[in-house]
Amino acid sequence: MKIVKENVQIRPLSDSALVIQVGEGINEATHKKVKSILNLLENQPFSGFVEAVPAYNSVTVYYNPVDVYFSNLEKGIKTPYEDVKIRILSLMNQPHIAETTTDRVVKVPVVYGGEMGPDLEFVASYNGLTTSEVIKIHSSTEYLVYMLGFAPGFPFMGGMDRQIATPRKETPRLTIAPGSVGIAGSQTGIYPLETPGGWQIIGRTPSRLFLPEQSPPTLLQPGDRIQFVPISLDDYTRAWEMGTWE
Amino acid sequence: MGVKVLQPGMLATIQDLGRYGLQKFGVIVGGAMDSSSLRIANLLVGNSEGEGALEVTLFGTSLLFESDELIAITGGNLQPTIDGKEIPMWQPVLIRQGSILKFNAAISGSRAYVSFSGGIQIPKVMGSKSTYIRAGIGGFQGRKLQKNDVFECNKRTESGEDLFNQLKKKVNYLSWSVYHTPFITFKKIQTIRIIRGSEYERFDEESLKKFFSTPYTISTHSDRMGYRLEGEEIQLKEPFELLSEGVTFGTIQVPSNGQPIILMADRQTTGGYPKIGQVITADLPSLAQMQANGQVYFKEVTLEEAQWALIHQEKEINELAFGLHIKRLHQL
Repeated sequence: MKIVKENVQIRPLSDSALVIQVGEGINEATHKKVKSILNLLENQPFSGFVEAVPAYNSVTVYYNPVDVYFSNLEKGIKTPYEDVKIRILSLMNQPHIAETTTDRVVKVPVVYGGEMGPDLEFVASYNGLTTSEVIKIHSSTEYLVYMLGFAPGFPFMGGMDRQIATPRKETPRLTIAPGSVGIAGSQTGIYPLETPGGWQIIGRTPSRLFLPEQSPPTLLQPGDRIQFVPISLDDYTRAWEMGTWE
Repeated sequence: MGVKVLQPGMLATIQDLGRYGLQKFGVIVGGAMDSSSLRIANLLVGNSEGEGALEVTLFGTSLLFESDELIAITGGNLQPTIDGKEIPMWQPVLIRQGSILKFNAAISGSRAYVSFSGGIQIPKVMGSKSTYIRAGIGGFQGRKLQKNDVFECNKRTESGEDLFNQLKKKVNYLSWSVYHTPFITFKKIQTIRIIRGSEYERFDEESLKKFFSTPYTISTHSDRMGYRLEGEEIQLKEPFELLSEGVTFGTIQVPSNGQPIILMADRQTTGGYPKIGQVITADLPSLAQMQANGQVYFKEVTLEEAQWALIHQEKEINELAFGLHIKRLHQL
């Protein structure tokens, strides 16, 4: 598969980073392109490549312009940026093997409501639903992880049913417990670390999202599909004690 | 043995050049705010330039040396003293067992760097010694230094040991120090060079004019994560939806209140606010040394100029490393 270059634009972010813009909006086709560009760069890094970060419709490439300069400015090329840009474009021009890995489905257990999900009632009444309807809707969809950001292991997911969309809280909470599952507008997310935040918290997972001692260091990866599984408070407590929920 | 924290001061953390390769997982880069000062501090004591060192912020930090150590202090002038007497910066210094190093108060810049020959003995976490406070990893037990913390130093490198022995024979401090102006300037009002941000064209012309002609004051709500600026309001031509994407050190975002924020060392990996500009890497150390209430003027340069400024700075640091090597071979 070749990456169709017509829809790809490259622009500088800084003197040490550039953005490969792939299409518009949030959708799975764009996401697939983003992932294949990421794989391409990671498997065939140019000299001076530092790392690449995928987002909804872009890949940001961090590079060291000094290394690029000292290693190999092509003839007639004036800046490391131009050099890197040419390298990336020619990389994308090569035929390469399409990703064959199937998407992973990761089950994320959640205790909904009560102390663990103090805003479940609000989300229900805001949308004219019962709390069990909210739980059913939230846990019956598969969510695609488009990207990670905001905090280590925090998934930006798509696919939430609009029936349970709820605006952010007017006053953000100063602390939100790690594992909290929330809704903000038509997005749902999970807080990996204790942070302040304005999302409506509907539940909490005993799963750890940030695993600094492991490689990769996060439970979820871009491209994963998430399935929320409702569990009881007892299950949650047991999962904490055992370190696993299954 | 080792170094004991008597007073942590305002904020003291261990930092190196940052944690790379993990931004796609949402793991921030972190690292020294003023990477030039950190690199020079390490070079002065025979360390590799990216070794972990202490970043001391503004004032109040004091350390008791329980063994003889070779150190160098660079960065902002926080009026460092040894047992109450002034100690020179930007040169290697031997600290005798039982001495107390104190940072009194910043008279220029805002962060001093203390390198320890051999490096501070802490494990690398995810490839770096930088402290990532929010995640509780890296640095000294994943947090800022506290009273009574004790850390030790690793075995000195061969050149570090040579420097140590040379300095041990001297009674006075060295008569030379590193000329740091090619890397960092310490001023309360500075002109900072930027290139255009990705959404530059989306801002209205009046705002762009003000952005480049009026000063912006660094707010007191600024930290290692970002510098909040106060000044003329910046407006978009018309509101639009921007999807989150990768950001970097020096990215200047404008949230809806029209007051720019410059992302600094502990920035998040991605952001969704429109980007008006991007501070050039060569000017980040000078910006990182500015204190709250300092004033910034922005000057636009081309990407080409930005990259050349960085390459030039890199050549200077290589020359400095070579110069230090020669000095050591000629008995300082």
